[in-house]
Amino acid sequence: MSDAAHAHDDHGHGHPSGVMRWLTTTNHKDIGTLYLFFALIMLFVAGSMALLIRAELFQPGLQLTNPDFFNQLTTMHGLIMIFGVIMPAFSGFANWQVPLMLGAPDMAFPRMNNWAFWVLPVAGLLLMGSFWLPGGAVAGGWTMYPPLFIQGGISYDLTILAVHIMGLSSIMGSINIVTTILNMRAPGLTLMKMPLFCWTWLITAYLLIATMPVLAGAVTMLLTDRNFGTHFFNAAGGGDPVMFQHIFWFFAHPEVYILILPAFGIVSQVIPTFARKPLFGYASMVYATASIAILSFIVWAHHMFTVGMPAAAQLFFMFSTMLIAVPTGVKVFNWVATMWKGSMTFETPMLFAIAFVCLFTIGGFSGLVLAIAPVDIQLHDTYYVVAHFHYVLVSGALFSIFAGIYYWLPKWTGHMYDETLGKWHFWLSVIGMNIVFFPMHFLGLAGMPRRIPDYALQFTEFNQIATVGAFIFGFSQLIFLIVVLKTIKGGAKATDRVWEGAEGLEWTLPSPAPYHTFETAPVVK
Amino acid sequence: MKGKWQRVGMTGAALAFSQSTLAEYAYNLQTPASQVAQDVFDLHNLIMLVCLGIFIVVFGAMFYSLLKHRKSAGHQAAHFHENTTVEVIWTVIPFVILMGMAYPAAKVVIDMKDTTNPDMTIKITGYQWKWGYDYLNDDISFYSNLATPREQIVGSAAKGDNYLLEVDEPMVVPVGKRVRLLITANDVLHAWWVPALGAKQDAIPGFIRDSWFKADKIGTYRGQCVELCGKDHGFMPIVVEVVSEADYAAWVAKKKGAAQTAAADNAKSFELAELMGRGEKVYEANCAACHQASGMGLPGAFPAINGSKIATGPIADHINIVLNGKPGTAMAAFGGQLSDADIAAVVTYQRNAWDNKTGDLAQPAQIAAARGGAASEAAAPAAQ
Repeated sequence: MSDAAHAHDDHGHGHPSGVMRWLTTTNHKDIGTLYLFFALIMLFVAGSMALLIRAELFQPGLQLTNPDFFNQLTTMHGLIMIFGVIMPAFSGFANWQVPLMLGAPDMAFPRMNNWAFWVLPVAGLLLMGSFWLPGGAVAGGWTMYPPLFIQGGISYDLTILAVHIMGLSSIMGSINIVTTILNMRAPGLTLMKMPLFCWTWLITAYLLIATMPVLAGAVTMLLTDRNFGTHFFNAAGGGDPVMFQHIFWFFAHPEVYILILPAFGIVSQVIPTFARKPLFGYASMVYATASIAILSFIVWAHHMFTVGMPAAAQLFFMFSTMLIAVPTGVKVFNWVATMWKGSMTFETPMLFAIAFVCLFTIGGFSGLVLAIAPVDIQLHDTYYVVAHFHYVLVSGALFSIFAGIYYWLPKWTGHMYDETLGKWHFWLSVIGMNIVFFPMHFLGLAGMPRRIPDYALQFTEFNQIATVGAFIFGFSQLIFLIVVLKTIKGGAKATDRVWEGAEGLEWTLPSPAPYHTFETAPVVK
Repeated sequence: MKGKWQRVGMTGAALAFSQSTLAEYAYNLQTPASQVAQDVFDLHNLIMLVCLGIFIVVFGAMFYSLLKHRKSAGHQAAHFHENTTVEVIWTVIPFVILMGMAYPAAKVVIDMKDTTNPDMTIKITGYQWKWGYDYLNDDISFYSNLATPREQIVGSAAKGDNYLLEVDEPMVVPVGKRVRLLITANDVLHAWWVPALGAKQDAIPGFIRDSWFKADKIGTYRGQCVELCGKDHGFMPIVVEVVSEADYAAWVAKKKGAAQTAAADNAKSFELAELMGRGEKVYEANCAACHQASGMGLPGAFPAINGSKIATGPIADHINIVLNGKPGTAMAAFGGQLSDADIAAVVTYQRNAWDNKTGDLAQPAQIAAARGGAASEAAAPAAQ
């Protein structure tokens, strides 16, 4: 809480102090900080689960967990990483940066903003607390497929409640972001002049508003199937278990882009700064983001090629999925073209952004491989898929979050971070991450199913390599924790502009950004 | 805890030694044994090559730029941006490449979905946690359980070569025949997959989906359940033995003989010792996964049988729950899975093992009566 005390010094408006300040705050910067700290804590919680999973998988046989507890770990790791780390972290960035980038004094609905954050820890407690309930935490996979999900104990009902609460939080946050962006831009700041980070969040917020109610509907049907005798997903009562998958993925495929579009936004701010050159194709980046978002609604069944759908449906979902490669390619080409003939320096944010472009593209290529329906049928539910989505979510979403933290932390705290430690964090992360996840491609190709606590002997070597990498990657995140805490406490004074090539309204403010900013709107030419 | 870590260390050391013989780093899909698997293999190689080509071009450019266009090398930033020609080109080229991939992929999709004109049809049912096979043309039915001993899994015995990929009763098919698979499940979702045969299909309770394969080479092909199905998802492998036409005919004759022995058992009356011996085997194969070999269950998830009201109360209730299961829980109905003799044996075992010294005996005739006398050959799910 030293940061709390410190930040408290920066304003003197007779607000409550201590815990009450954080509970009652309506300040976008405070709420952004809360989101980011929540995500940081959850990163270590869900990361520890991942290390336990990898430790169990270090060798064949059951050593540390039993199969039921192992399933609880994989399920909770997934749920918490998605809903407790990546999404809150991006909400934290949005809260801090959207008003600063738009020249707005705060978010449009500050009180709702407070609620959107404070329901999250409640959901987190419901999820985590279920580990201590009879039968343990939810073990049916983060995808919650019935009928398995119908079989579980009380923790399954708590998980449904937690998902509802997290959905509520996301919808409130999204309404806030959409309203802020559409109504509170500084005079002269037209939509097509807005920083790309705001664009990606605007589109993300629409995706959230469109799909979170769908998830809420799906889990409510699970709840009534479990407790009130309905048969939505029970064939014996006229229902269909596959219907859940359709509804779930109609939410969860756009959700995939909810987890990556803000990452595109952050990287599109970082690369031009350190290349000292404007983003190559601003307009085409906006259109590409919008196309990805629209396409995300018509590709959901590529997660279900093995349920046995007609050939025509397989072909439709295969073609529509392949199409996503086009706007995604446009983005990658734009980032490379932005670097081309720039004058680049390689501070930690830029290193993470470059790693993002390169490694996210590997995840994109494995995504293209998986889009090809016949190949997907071979690889579905194997470690190839695990490798694919970790390339997209770890070296994609998480690396962009690191890039964003290193990039904006000097503006938020007024101190420069420790560049040497930052570089150590980067290199250990990027090396560790590849040692964990690259061998998983080979495991999947060789036929190792995902979500298994024990495996046949021919998978041993690559699993051992992956586990070693996981511990390198996991423990190097402690460096990140140290860097962040050190920067909050002190360090070299950051200039207002912070980075030589930085462009945008947030850099016109003093560092650290005062508690209240842009009370008078700036004018953008 | 110390014992556990010691064991981890010891198996670790043992593995390091055995590694040199086992080490085969596989970098690609398994060697195909059917045309579909071969098509998928070729398709994957093609796409990988295209991806590799694009990767080298795009990131070759990026790394060249990282090397040359850096401030420390004295490079001055240019200020160009937006170029419609370039942007159209890098939108159209990927589109054309994708069309080139889509065409061969579509051909394989259509081939995979074509389950017409089979030489034989096998119905496959997923259970928590085993597979059931019904040969619809030959009237053969059996269950296929994991054959790896528990001791190998917990590390008290050395692991065999086919650790976790071995079953008591493999699925046997003749080489070169088009085999149509009708796949369903009894309880939750499962998925049947044999990589070398290129057949994977989710098993969905209440629905039957089909798939097919035609094995080109005699051999043993192994796969696993690939849809999370609960606690022992990792422990329900699939083994397909592809044999010659003559060997297949011999296998069919053998299976039919075994079915007759089983039917004869259902008409017999057994001694306590016989039932206990048989019941223990049935218990190990069907009950121990949840209720544990100790009969103590897993608190909170699976109830204990040792000292339970059902296993020490009226025998009719006990037989009923084994036959019909308990709706809304993971307790399956074993009436369709086990023969009268096996159910009699396992009920007797549960009522006399551990601390349950009831002295009760269940005979196959009692089970047949409890079924309503209708289906005393219930060991054959094909009759369902």
